[in-house]
Amino acid sequence: MQQVFARPQSLKDVQTHFCPGCHHGTVHRLVAEALDQFGVQDRTIGVASVGCSVFLYGYFDIDVVEAPHGRAPAVATGVKRAKPESFVFTYQGDGDLAAIGTAEIIHAANRGEDITVIFVNNTTYGMTGGQMAPTTLVGQKTSTSPYGRDKKKDGSPIRMAELLAQLGGVAYSARVAVDSPKHVLEAKKIIKRAFQYQVEGKGFSFVEVLASCPTNWGVSPLVANARIAEELIPYFPLGVVRDDERDNEA
Amino acid sequence: MSKRLFVKGNEAAAMGAIEAGCRYYFGYPITPQSDIPEYLSREFPALSGEFIQAESEVGAINMLLGASACGVRAMTSSSSPGISLKQEGISYMAGAELPGVIINISRSGPGLGGIDASQSDYFQSVKGGGHGGYRIGVLAPNSVQEMYDLTMLAFDLADRYRTPVMVLGDSVIGQMKEALVPNPRPVCTLPEKGWAVRGKGDGEQRVVKSLFLGDGELEAHNWSLYAKYQEMKEKECLSEEFQTDDATLLVTAFGSVARIAHTAVTMAREAGLKVGLFRPITLFPFPEQALAQAAGRAGRVLDIELNTGQMVEDVRLTVGAGIPVAFYGRPPGAGSLPSPEELFEVIKKHYV
Repeated sequence: MQQVFARPQSLKDVQTHFCPGCHHGTVHRLVAEALDQFGVQDRTIGVASVGCSVFLYGYFDIDVVEAPHGRAPAVATGVKRAKPESFVFTYQGDGDLAAIGTAEIIHAANRGEDITVIFVNNTTYGMTGGQMAPTTLVGQKTSTSPYGRDKKKDGSPIRMAELLAQLGGVAYSARVAVDSPKHVLEAKKIIKRAFQYQVEGKGFSFVEVLASCPTNWGVSPLVANARIAEELIPYFPLGVVRDDERDNEA
Repeated sequence: MSKRLFVKGNEAAAMGAIEAGCRYYFGYPITPQSDIPEYLSREFPALSGEFIQAESEVGAINMLLGASACGVRAMTSSSSPGISLKQEGISYMAGAELPGVIINISRSGPGLGGIDASQSDYFQSVKGGGHGGYRIGVLAPNSVQEMYDLTMLAFDLADRYRTPVMVLGDSVIGQMKEALVPNPRPVCTLPEKGWAVRGKGDGEQRVVKSLFLGDGELEAHNWSLYAKYQEMKEKECLSEEFQTDDATLLVTAFGSVARIAHTAVTMAREAGLKVGLFRPITLFPFPEQALAQAAGRAGRVLDIELNTGQMVEDVRLTVGAGIPVAFYGRPPGAGSLPSPEELFEVIKKHYV
């Protein structure tokens, strides 16, 4: 009998600690599938960040370096420069990448480091219990914005995919979601495209993944998925913001 | 024999790093250490080295973390305010047991302070500096030659003990020029880096991390770090003694001020005073045994530092309550560097 669906080789056969309805598991799978497809598992060095995704090494069967909060792009820079033959990706949340690690991501991107960044944006700090993130939507209630994010006081949510796309070192920048089968399939293609840039040594690639956090949003997984479609995507539009090869052809 | 060169202390440290096989440098400009990145940015291309001027001190130390995790010899350099920013990364490197060399050409503080020679970062350097109970190796050169030699040693110690090692100088040592014999790197056997990430290939997964959440894991990790620091104390202490055999007053000083104290002790000897100098070269591990013996023979200690009293606490802990320890310090700032004559007067005052 032909096997049509199996666990990617780059993922371990273990249970994750993620909450019911959390999208990290889906994103892990898409990343692992892309590693498998390019056959780079054995030369991959992943860089884990601080947050719910810190246990990357527990789920991916690859070598991993754990970075301090926000510093994954700097750590990945050191890794890639020391071992340019390796495939290097960071996996970071929105508090990690868009708040405490803003300097590191902007400058790694601007240097055009030959790495791939997977940025999981769930508009909140998941691991610490649902505080306001730089990506929290205006009006969104969190444990530190109990009356809703106030644009006057807290500023507006940062659109990282667009921001980074402005930098000269960035070859590829895109935003995807994994709230529906259609979006998952699109996300899979885009993550592969991002990895392809690195496999071919063509520069810095970035994929922002809109993800749910039902636990900290205080809703069911279904309602959380609906929120992505109804609230997140209108503010954080899906699509490829920059694709140097495509854009140069055009 | 190698020829003699006439170079700056900072350049000597950079040359020592190259001779030690370091080909990865990550740093951010700050006075008075910028000669180091300038030298390496000039020399590395011909050596196929990687030089990155990082976006920040934080970026630089984390690039060092990443490169060290791959098992290569890598370094950063900075000066006091920059070293404060690096403490997060140093703590993570200590926790993940990563080697790496950090050159600190320290300056005066607190805050922005000034760029004058200072030893106010003794505590920060030897007591941990960042969060969590860790230590790093700390080497205190007192000459351009030692900037070169101790930088090479720092790489060996870092690899042997899987720990960050700091070379702690100041603007006197970093900026002065004197003769250097650029000796070849000493031959030594170092452990294999079987822990370094490399892309797992057909082998077992390797993880470089400092997070330990399992029951008892972190406690065991901390005891294992402690055991490593104890081993460093047993095996790696370095110090230098000058005229201590018959001394009845022992001067203790490290780094740049030890050079000035050395002249003052020579003046004291010429005046017939039995004064000796004890200079710790490793500040961590602190050379307790050698100091206790020298202080025991002399019966009296005068500690001299470019601060209001930091190493003196370790001196007092080492020599015990039976031996009086006096302190003379000049906190940093323009015009605060003591002359040999000034220290000679202080020695005379404390000489019984």
